[in-house]
Amino acid sequence: MGGVIVSRNTYIASIRQALTEEMRRDESVILIGEDVRLGVFAGTRGLCDEFGPDRVIDTPISELAVAGAGIGAAATGLRTVVDLMFGTFLYLAMDQIANQAGNMRYMFGGQTSLPVVFMTQNGGGLGAGPHHSQPMHPLFMNMPLIKVVVPSNPFDAKGLLKAAIRDDNPVVFLNQLSLGATRAEVPEGELVIPLGVGEIKRQGSDVTICSAGLAVHRCMEAAEVLASDGIEAEVIDLRTLKPWDKQLVIDSVAKTGRFIAVDESYPTCGAASEWAATVAEFAFSDLKAPVRRVSNTDVPMPFNPDLERQVMPSAADVVEAARSTVGVGIGVNADGMPAVDGD
Amino acid sequence: MSIKPITQQTQQVQSDHVDSDQVVSDPIDKKSVGAVTALDIYRRVVLIRRFEERVGMLFRQGQLPGFVHLYIGQEAIAAGVCTALRDDDYIVSTHRGHGHVIAKGGDPDRMMAELFGKVTGYCKGKGGSMHIADFSKGVLGACGIVAGGLPIAVGAALSAKTRSTDQVAVTFFGDGAANEGSFHESLNLASTLNLGVLFVCENNQYGEFTAATDAMNIENVAERAASYGIAGVIVDGSDPLEMHLLAQQAVARARQGGGPTLIEAKTHRRDHAEGEDAFLAGQKYRSDDELAAAESSDPLNRIHKDLLSFNFASAAELETIDAAAVNKVDAAVQFARNSDDPTEAVLLEDRWVA
Repeated sequence: MGGVIVSRNTYIASIRQALTEEMRRDESVILIGEDVRLGVFAGTRGLCDEFGPDRVIDTPISELAVAGAGIGAAATGLRTVVDLMFGTFLYLAMDQIANQAGNMRYMFGGQTSLPVVFMTQNGGGLGAGPHHSQPMHPLFMNMPLIKVVVPSNPFDAKGLLKAAIRDDNPVVFLNQLSLGATRAEVPEGELVIPLGVGEIKRQGSDVTICSAGLAVHRCMEAAEVLASDGIEAEVIDLRTLKPWDKQLVIDSVAKTGRFIAVDESYPTCGAASEWAATVAEFAFSDLKAPVRRVSNTDVPMPFNPDLERQVMPSAADVVEAARSTVGVGIGVNADGMPAVDGD
Repeated sequence: MSIKPITQQTQQVQSDHVDSDQVVSDPIDKKSVGAVTALDIYRRVVLIRRFEERVGMLFRQGQLPGFVHLYIGQEAIAAGVCTALRDDDYIVSTHRGHGHVIAKGGDPDRMMAELFGKVTGYCKGKGGSMHIADFSKGVLGACGIVAGGLPIAVGAALSAKTRSTDQVAVTFFGDGAANEGSFHESLNLASTLNLGVLFVCENNQYGEFTAATDAMNIENVAERAASYGIAGVIVDGSDPLEMHLLAQQAVARARQGGGPTLIEAKTHRRDHAEGEDAFLAGQKYRSDDELAAAESSDPLNRIHKDLLSFNFASAAELETIDAAAVNKVDAAVQFARNSDDPTEAVLLEDRWVA
């Protein structure tokens, strides 16, 4: 990495850097959406100055037509990034994303590829209320041929977006709304994180905690607390939710024997349900305790910041789930605390 | 914007929507199409007709899976428009899409094989009647969702503009689609970005079985063009040569950067017992008068008559073309029947691009 400039980027600056680098690298990349020139979330700000209005295209507020235009352009020689601002706005574009983008290549017998990225903000944490805070990712995980990406930090945001733009398949790219201002060290230039590959954020031997997006941060906080109890948690950030890194999870469970799925979405058919079911199906013989899920409370996202916090998985929720899991199968020590192996 | 009823002269495409009241009204000289193009149009109309008649029969006999929507009665539109296009222009089709694919140069063998669900079909048997595509001919696919194709055509035109080509994109849709949000968003988007799109509304007067007059409180879909600041024109969608001349003007305008046009082609659905009417169990939704009007406006008869009266061809020559179309359809059915069903391996093909 000699000579590579590393800056302390915000998450949003990483998005802008990825877009800038990819648009410089490949002139077939265009960006289209409402107010992409001004850049409401700043991820697209300034790009029009460098790349001009033919490649940075402002549109009316017409999510369905704009998403479809991104598909039509992607089917005819361009790479499109469609900025749909807030995740909930994707509901307005659903026919184009689900019926058209999701089916097109397969139902036409492989006649086309579809390099289109639907980029938006996902999830809660900013007090944005029910129409601007919903977790959208499980909906798209349910569609056969759409990739779903949820970066949890500025480094991944850049590397994953660059991979998504270069991908020849439709990708729903979900920036984490409440992480926009968070910072991390991010190298300029080539940083591509392959889609479908997760990362172990913290090694541990007692329990596997699987997560993505904002919830990764709660899991890391929980792991600190658990460590002070003597419980070593292994924290996985899946980064891509479809296709997802099943092997990484299964291998981790083979080591720890315990599994907690932590996801900022709803309990029924949420991402955590999928992970938990997969572990139960493919790693059952490794399990020393029942799997646990930590998900959002099954209500719309309330506005009040305290209520909103209660809806989303907290570090305390994760700690509680881990303690209960670790308590199973290895007993409790004389102090009433969960005992680790050999205690 | 002044839009004249279909009984009057077909309106010319306006070159400047700002002065939209100034309607050019040169009389249509159908003979100006010329013998070569007129015969090309005839060839496509008659091939669509013979193809669809056969598909209807096969469907009635229970030989085709799923269901079919036949293009019979609407051939003038696909043939008239697609003969005004280049090979590298794009079209996006509908659930009633066989005619569009044939008119754009699609291969009847691979189409028929797709309708049979065979591996030699355009989509390897994974799309079926409502999803035939031929990207090599600019056919970006038929679409089973009403108004689903309009935004895709807008995107194809955007792509052409970004790549600095003068390709145009055509999206066909029915009167029912004009009541979908997608229609309104797409016209407005194409207008604001000034894209070369032809929005071709095939107004066959029914969305499913509901009359257009019950589904919108204006007489003409083309009136909606005014809301988006684009040209809107009405044409007799049962007249192949008129259709072609009008499409030619709209295509030329789109190619020169003049923006989109909404073309409302007034037509008739003649998809009787073979198509979706089969679901009605004998119930009627059209009067006998309407059915008679549909029969009497037959586009195949219309162009046949024109070709003879303009001395573009003899009756014998037209008969030869018709017989060739029947032969092509025979061969297509044979090809489909002789083809294999897709294997389990095909089921898992065409997912992610690596």
